[in-house]
Amino acid sequence: MASSAGAVGAAALLLVAVPIGAVALRAGGLSLSPADGAALRFTLLQAALSASVSVALAVPVARALARRRFAGRRALITLMGAPFLLPVIVAVMGLLALFGRSGVVNAVLTALGLPALSIYGLQGVVLAHVFLNLPLATRMILQGWQAIPAERFRLGAALGFSPREVARHLELPMLREVLPGALATVFALCLTSFAVALILGGGPWATTLELAIYQAVRFDFDLGHAAGLALVQALVGGSAALAAWAAARAAGFGAGLDRTLPMAGPGGWHRGADAAALTVAAVFLLAPMAAVLLRGLPGLAEMPGAVWPALVRSVAVALASVVVTMAAALVLAQAVARGGPRWLDLAAALPLATSGLVLGTGLFLLVQPFAPPMRLALPVTVAVNAALSLPFAYRLILPDARALEADYGRLAASLSLTGAARLRLVTLPRLRRPLGFAAGLAAALSMGDLGVIALFAGEAEATLPLVIQRLQGAYRTEAAAGASVLLVAAALALFAAFDRWGRHAEA
Amino acid sequence: MLRLDGLDLRQDDFRLTADWQAEPGARIALIGPSGAGKSTLLSAIAGFFPPVSGRVLWNGADLAPLPPGERPLTILFQDQNLFPHLTVAQNLGLGLRPDLRLSGDQRAAVDAVLLRVGLVGMGDRKPAQLSGGQAGRAALARALLRARPLLLLDEPFAALGPALKAEMLDLLDEVATDTGATVLMVTHDPQDARRFADRTVLVADGVAYPPTPTAALFAAPPPALQAYLGV
Repeated sequence: MASSAGAVGAAALLLVAVPIGAVALRAGGLSLSPADGAALRFTLLQAALSASVSVALAVPVARALARRRFAGRRALITLMGAPFLLPVIVAVMGLLALFGRSGVVNAVLTALGLPALSIYGLQGVVLAHVFLNLPLATRMILQGWQAIPAERFRLGAALGFSPREVARHLELPMLREVLPGALATVFALCLTSFAVALILGGGPWATTLELAIYQAVRFDFDLGHAAGLALVQALVGGSAALAAWAAARAAGFGAGLDRTLPMAGPGGWHRGADAAALTVAAVFLLAPMAAVLLRGLPGLAEMPGAVWPALVRSVAVALASVVVTMAAALVLAQAVARGGPRWLDLAAALPLATSGLVLGTGLFLLVQPFAPPMRLALPVTVAVNAALSLPFAYRLILPDARALEADYGRLAASLSLTGAARLRLVTLPRLRRPLGFAAGLAAALSMGDLGVIALFAGEAEATLPLVIQRLQGAYRTEAAAGASVLLVAAALALFAAFDRWGRHAEA
Repeated sequence: MLRLDGLDLRQDDFRLTADWQAEPGARIALIGPSGAGKSTLLSAIAGFFPPVSGRVLWNGADLAPLPPGERPLTILFQDQNLFPHLTVAQNLGLGLRPDLRLSGDQRAAVDAVLLRVGLVGMGDRKPAQLSGGQAGRAALARALLRARPLLLLDEPFAALGPALKAEMLDLLDEVATDTGATVLMVTHDPQDARRFADRTVLVADGVAYPPTPTAALFAAPPPALQAYLGV
């Protein structure tokens, strides 16, 4: 067991370190052209704006969720988990349907004789990032609110605190602890965002580093340039991700977000403000998803035949990366739960410090001398997706693995329960719930991924997200919306199937 | 025969030494203040706590190379002796084959033991559906199936009321007689020692003293035992 954990940990480290090493070797130094400098500045600017706006909007939403009880509250909290499962490309399609040139918002503006809005460029990239990250920020901040012991609020009420004093003595100290982690997490996620910039960005003023890497590989075929950009991205993104990993003590996903807080929130205008915050957030999150459905259902008939083999490839890639991720996460979590070496913990977290395009560029450089990269598009995508979902799966399994070891580790050892028998009789039955949830998450992440596949794939290797992006790029909007509905349905079905398996754990 | 040869256990400030042997078939109580190291001594014998120096010998052979499950012993913990997601019969079956691929004879043996400990018809239940006393019986039933020559008990019946505990000690007595096992039982209750154990080991002041006849020990308790008993 210990040696297999060491091998898995080493494989995870190498899968990150070797591509970055290849990138660093090929880059041969850090020299940025003016265009590269602009890409770096835009990357940092859009990430900073996206993080600030997401977190600023998340605070009132989280506060309203924390202190109000109403019908549909649970559903709203569940909705806050949905963007983890929603493929980024589908979210962008939804926003395009609302805010695009022929979208609902511009139709209304034109009817009123007002100038049309453009969703392309900085404002569009930030809008999409806020849509994707507002729920995550809300969940992280909501956890902070719920971590304030109810007794404190009771004491405050007993002392006659007004809402202003509750904020000063209870809520602001909590926010000071929680907000840096939320800001850093969203900032790091937006730094490595590729699909949003691919569709809504572009041009000299709205190109991210990730997008510049893609363009250098696909259009200029300048691998040295791509490697230089990837090295910058690895340094910037890596340090931001590690800072966020350290700053955010609890990630904003998983169950257990609904501890009762037996406090009536303040009345008067506070009640109205809370209702407004929740309504705006719900509409902002639901409207694009509804728009995808409305536009996509008729579009199902428009889908080209290429969609079906792409769907099969996507599902196969997702299932393969689930197998790899879960095996690695389970081995590492169990080894760490049994007091294994500290570096295994780092090995499981390290992929967070990188990005699909950085790993993809490195693997492209490694593969390219030996075989046409296209031929390896799907295996490489499986490996990169597995690596990128490893940190989440590991973090989800670890607490239960620790509890299992503490409660039954000695009993299993005293009965010689080892190897396959232990896996079958103890580990799988006892860890089924987090395993099912983590596998579902990994499947959905992989299913919706549009990153490394864009770098490698030709016509014959495209996954469903890539087909959607190409349809959109060819202005076949109806067909792209139809395929988006198909992609969402497939991603949710995979998630639900795994999660359901986990929930059917015996007591 | 169990022999503790210059055993020295340490963890941070904690230290415990033991140097004695137990006659085959002996029933020995381990008594002493909490934190003195009674459970740690059992852990060391069972293979969960490596000694700094010294050896645990069984019939002259050093047990150090053997993992817990392959040592000639069965251990009952304070709690969590049964896997909650497996049935009682499966929990017992683990004592015969850890992968639960039981032969017909082995299944029959499980049924026979269930009958023996008064759990007939409960083989299909989950541990959560058992009372505390029934869970104790199930754990003893597995010890019976394993039939290892050394039985270690780390206060598995401490949470039971007096009547149930007396019943468990009687069942333990039967199990030990059946299997001919040497028994080491941690307890904080002098009654348990008097009732079950012909010999008692006092664990205090960093030493697990050699076993002495229980009646004589309590008749003239040494100062450390006096302090523990409050007499």
